Amino acid sequence: MVTSAKPALLEAVGISKSFGPVEVLGDINLSLVPGEVHAIIGENGAGKSTLMKILAGHLPPTKGELRMDGQPVVMAGPVDAEHRGIVLVHQEILLAPDLTVAQNIYLGREIRKGLTLDDKAMNKGAAEAVRALGIDIDPTTVVGRLSIARRQLVQIARALLVPHRVVIFDEPTASLTLTETDALLRVILDIKKKGAAVLYISHRLPEVKEIADRVTVLRDGKLITTRPAEGLEAVDMARLMVGRDVAKLYPDRVATTAPDFALEVESMNVPGYAQDASFKLRQGEILGFAGLVGAGRTELLEGAVGLRPAHGKVKLNGKPVNFVTVRDSMRAGIVYLSEDRKGKGLLLAQNLGINLTLAALGQFLRGMLIDRRKEAKALDGAITEFDIRTRNKDLLAGQLSGGNQQKLLLAKMMLLDPKIVIIDEPTRGIDIGTKEQIYKFIAELAQSGKSVIVISSEMQEVIGICDRILVMRNGRIVGEVAGERMTEDEIVVLATGVTSREAASMAEHA
Amino acid sequence: MTDTTATKSAARRSLGDIDLRAVAPFVALAFLLVLGALVNPNFLGVDNLLNVLTRSAFIAIIAVGATFVISAGGLDLSVGAMSAFVAGVMILFMNTGVIGGDIAMLAVAMLLAVGVGALCGLANGAITTVGRIEPFIVTLGTMGIFRALTIYLAEGGSIAMKAPDLRAAYRPIYFGSVFGVPIPILVILAVALIGAFLLYRTAFGRHVIAVGSNEDVARYSGIPVNRVRTLTYVIQGVCVAIAVLVYVPRLGAATPTTGLLWELQAITAVVIGGTALKGGVGRIWGTICGALILEVVGNIMVLSNFVSEYLIGAVQGAIIIIAMLVQRSLVRKR
Repeated sequence: MVTSAKPALLEAVGISKSFGPVEVLGDINLSLVPGEVHAIIGENGAGKSTLMKILAGHLPPTKGELRMDGQPVVMAGPVDAEHRGIVLVHQEILLAPDLTVAQNIYLGREIRKGLTLDDKAMNKGAAEAVRALGIDIDPTTVVGRLSIARRQLVQIARALLVPHRVVIFDEPTASLTLTETDALLRVILDIKKKGAAVLYISHRLPEVKEIADRVTVLRDGKLITTRPAEGLEAVDMARLMVGRDVAKLYPDRVATTAPDFALEVESMNVPGYAQDASFKLRQGEILGFAGLVGAGRTELLEGAVGLRPAHGKVKLNGKPVNFVTVRDSMRAGIVYLSEDRKGKGLLLAQNLGINLTLAALGQFLRGMLIDRRKEAKALDGAITEFDIRTRNKDLLAGQLSGGNQQKLLLAKMMLLDPKIVIIDEPTRGIDIGTKEQIYKFIAELAQSGKSVIVISSEMQEVIGICDRILVMRNGRIVGEVAGERMTEDEIVVLATGVTSREAASMAEHA
Repeated sequence: MTDTTATKSAARRSLGDIDLRAVAPFVALAFLLVLGALVNPNFLGVDNLLNVLTRSAFIAIIAVGATFVISAGGLDLSVGAMSAFVAGVMILFMNTGVIGGDIAMLAVAMLLAVGVGALCGLANGAITTVGRIEPFIVTLGTMGIFRALTIYLAEGGSIAMKAPDLRAAYRPIYFGSVFGVPIPILVILAVALIGAFLLYRTAFGRHVIAVGSNEDVARYSGIPVNRVRTLTYVIQGVCVAIAVLVYVPRLGAATPTTGLLWELQAITAVVIGGTALKGGVGRIWGTICGALILEVVGNIMVLSNFVSEYLIGAVQGAIIIIAMLVQRSLVRKR
């Protein structure tokens, strides 16, 4: 090991974590030395977030111990960890949207002048903190007015304000553009130069390659390896993460050549999100929508099915239709599965049966009454057909894992027997095994003559399962790729509008 | 990973405490009955118990409607003022004497009352959903409007039934009984049964719970959220009207104090009964139990000398707070 000469700043020794009978982390040994960037990579569900939460004091380990400077420590909570110099930059934005940038940065640690707040000092401090990140934001701006990316940077500025020895970044670039990512990576190198240790969690391998000194790979809660980043290519990392050849994840498929269009959308405008978008979906086709977060893909399709106000022409099997509400499009045989599974897809506090039949409740009525026996039968059927893994059938939807929630959502919408299925981020937050099942299911849908639209920010995913890909940028459809041209390079160029080779290679495998 | 954490805590909740929360109000009621018996031997007498049940009718019936509104994630503060308004309109109509024949007159007046109640509820629902205003604000506003309209109609005094024959014909609805069971109790039962049927067994009830659970999920599932919401307020209005039908023969008048603080009691009954104030859980029978608890507490205070009966309002106010604290601690214990 390159850095083994230096004493470890923070060390995990034989850390395990179980939730009930399920072990999500097993026997992890990890050391962080001053002045290194240590990347942790792994698929969703590999245990990255859990490990990070243990290191930052959010969760106690079930077994094993943490050591700081060689001394065993037990962290009482995140505040305790912060006192010890361990700060965590969350993936989600945890800022008060109605407060200003400076007020957020100093929230809970306000600078006072006598009895009153010293706004001048805080604004000045905040401006410096933000400038240190290489961006220019007026500290008196209300956070709610900032883009998601800028909020993320404000959050980082807030985290770095306290004296820190270990900084943990949890997928900080997930919602950042290339320029913003570049700026952030420079910040991280800066933190490293000042002698702190950085733990960098990401599945964007090119970034990892660029800044990490060492890389630790987690798979299914186990530590696979810790290696120097030097000489480790992105492809090697991917192989280590997945533990097999990545290409086999996607089912074999012959793109449809059906001449008929199931859905035609013409000059669709979704105010504030999408402009003048036109596209056609073939019978039995899997059509991908790629683009950066915020490109307007979700909003365009939500507009097309009547989930948000939109203007434009929609034709179904060649006939013009007008969807005022989502009920209209559902009746016409189109279902939309939201990317926000927990917020818009399932009632987390209700049981599986209620969730399953919610959209198709009409099928379960006998007169005025809900036929509970038929509901129970449908649930049994869905559990078998979609392989929903649940300890018992009385669980609440919120108690299922992400993958099983997605299967339940699929089952719920398939009860409507749709002709067109729109799936937004079909595998977000889902483990690799379930991903494979969902890809297979999507391919089978198309095989059976249904038409499918897949919106995804994971480029490998759209390339792997789609027949044709439309790329959106800033609310417009800027290009289409199909066949041989379905490569990440092509998509990145379209999605970002940046043609430089640097930008393209930067986002490779992103 | 967060999934797993959530899974864990939620799993523990499902084992004990959801059932515990459903059972809690009934345990509390049983405890109060024992307490009442200890305080005064007459408490458990059939007459006293029937009296308590009868007196709880107004709140119980209104609270069934409130269960729908609250489990759909709404709130209706206007029910007390609405009761006074509906009662006032109904009595004024009867006083016009436009319809000969007491029974015919009563029937039409009752239909009118139910219609007015439904319209009041429709107004609350439509303003809340179409205007996208917080139900708290909307019903606070209509509460003032209904109350002022009543006072206006009564010209500052009270509205009393004039025709003695009609009064006599109407009297049994509150004071009469069938096979020894006072009619108001039968009305409670009927309203609760219909309410339970609607909420638990029909698609509409399922939609109410879905909307209260998560409005977005309901919308993305193709449920007409605004229509469901509005209908819960209409149901509330109809329940208020039914309570008024039982209330009017009791005093034969509507006064500026009719229905005063009924909204507090109805919401208290719903919350004691285990319905979640944030929506998504509705318990009709728990609500009935909650209304009974309120009345039993009042009755015990009258029968005993512990606390002045003038403090009934204070005790009821304390009960809603205690009920929330108990619910909270039951959630935390999981």
